[in-house]
Amino acid sequence: MYRYIINRVLLVFPTLIGAAFLVFALMRLIPGDICLVRLGGGGTSFTAQSLANCHAEIGIDRSWIVQFIDFVWGLARFDFGVSMWSGKPVVVEILSRFPISLEVALIATLISITIAIPLGTISALKQNTWIDLLVRTFSIAGLATPSFWLGIMSILIVLDLTQAIFGQPWMPPIDYVSLWQDPIRNLSIVMLPALTIGYRYAAVSMRMTRSAMLEVLREDYIRTARAKGLLEKIIINRHALKNALLPVVTVIGIEFAFLLGGLVVTEQVFNLNGIGRLMVLSVQNQDYTLTQALVMVVVTIAVLTNLFVDLMYAWFDPRIRLN
Amino acid sequence: MTFATPTPTGTAAVTLDDFVPPRGVIALSIRFFRRQPVGAIGMVLVMFFGLGGIFADWIAPYNPTANDFAAMTEAPSWAHWLGTDQLGRDLLSRILYGARTAFIVGLSAAMVGGFSGLVLGVGSAYFGGRIDLFLQRILDIFMAFPLIIMALAVVSIFGTGVQNVILAITIPLIPRCARVVRSSALAIREIPYVDAARALGYGHKRIILRHMVPNVVAPFLIMLTAFVGQAILAEAALSYLGLGVQEPVPAWGLMLQGGAEEYATTAPWIAVFPGLAIMLTVFGINLFGDSLRDVLDPKMRDR
Repeated sequence: MYRYIINRVLLVFPTLIGAAFLVFALMRLIPGDICLVRLGGGGTSFTAQSLANCHAEIGIDRSWIVQFIDFVWGLARFDFGVSMWSGKPVVVEILSRFPISLEVALIATLISITIAIPLGTISALKQNTWIDLLVRTFSIAGLATPSFWLGIMSILIVLDLTQAIFGQPWMPPIDYVSLWQDPIRNLSIVMLPALTIGYRYAAVSMRMTRSAMLEVLREDYIRTARAKGLLEKIIINRHALKNALLPVVTVIGIEFAFLLGGLVVTEQVFNLNGIGRLMVLSVQNQDYTLTQALVMVVVTIAVLTNLFVDLMYAWFDPRIRLN
Repeated sequence: MTFATPTPTGTAAVTLDDFVPPRGVIALSIRFFRRQPVGAIGMVLVMFFGLGGIFADWIAPYNPTANDFAAMTEAPSWAHWLGTDQLGRDLLSRILYGARTAFIVGLSAAMVGGFSGLVLGVGSAYFGGRIDLFLQRILDIFMAFPLIIMALAVVSIFGTGVQNVILAITIPLIPRCARVVRSSALAIREIPYVDAARALGYGHKRIILRHMVPNVVAPFLIMLTAFVGQAILAEAALSYLGLGVQEPVPAWGLMLQGGAEEYATTAPWIAVFPGLAIMLTVFGINLFGDSLRDVLDPKMRDR
């Protein structure tokens, strides 16, 4: 087991370094650089000297190898440097945008779990009935609906409903306040985006719950439990659901990790200032340090989630760690 | 924007027909329709939009890029079945031409991504050892890398345009396909006929192409179908963000950008119809894919 853990943990590093190299190279392959964006932004002319000064000031006149070693060495010390665009420390930039993205992702996960697990279970128990068909249609539709369109539609519905009820349209506020400062205002900002993402996310986990439940319900020990005359409720809750949830939890975990990096479109629709939009902005400004740091945060979360899932599987299933 | 791997659904009872192999495309389709009515509905939806895209030149009532300032944000009527947008362009015509863009991007990205993944997955499983370890690490990197940064970088380096959108969508599909194919291929490598082929002195190419690839075709085809839907959704999202197909090319995601939100209350049809088109197309593809899975993978039939 220890051998497996050590091997698996060691595999994390090549992935992280590979991702660091990829983002480093991609950013520098984009034509132009931040100095051109900064100096030529307003269509003003500038001299070669001022461009060179700007390059020297932020250190992108050095060779790629030196810059890359500098970047990786910084990562190893958790020092992400300062944003090339705003001059503020990258950590400050990310931390100011992170809470809203994290909150939306967490609430979306909660919503999806509350929808997916009961519906997936019922769908499996009532296999091939109209209930099953309805739940499956609902979940396939969830996979087919673009989340940004669902966002636009939900805003439209809220506008029309409030117009009809209160006589004037109401829109969720856009300036973020933390949950602790003003819970109602906070939730009114976060709820719609979380619902639209939660639906899609629920569709994925619902399908997983259903198929895992169907598999488990065919196991011998379920038949034994039934033969013993156990209550159906106990069979489902204690014996079936518990064993079916492992793959479901895996899907939820992995989706959560991807969610943090994939919120861009939803943030755009709802005008939220989260890390998704910060990513787009930082690439457009050619802010190397900020983009690199953002990518490394997202990649690290994804890689660690995968690591955790693999280790959990090895813990539960001895065949994996012995192979 | 995430990519999910398909999970099984859909069932049908086994009848005597199942044991008689049908001949020809028509017989095969008839059997598919009889056995998989839900899948058939999906196929009809896909064909509806697919044929609409192919024959857009003949059936679209208006030029999809022609502005008509006398008919801006008009509600659906006999003249404009689905209404017009803020520039007076006919929405029905734009949706028909948009179907063409969606299918071109969806099919090419799924094909290129799927086949590259097939080659990498089977190769990785067959050669094993260091090659496998190395390839898997590379794929890990691409799996974890944020899609949006990749797409932004591709568009910034190569410029916008349909082929670059396809490239941006294809890259993240490759590792997902390779993963699934590899795990099926690993199981097949252990089956004695691969050893037998090796003992007969066949080369790598022949063993891979004739003995391994045909046996991973079922999971591969199921995934390929799911990829088409996911690629269409990804194209819509990128175009919506302004990173995909550019004006004046009609594309569903692009139609939802700008005007759709601005006129959401006064002219809701601008936002409703393109979104419905995306949803129905992908819904149809998913229904079809699920049924395909039932047909190709008998073990899944009762799940």
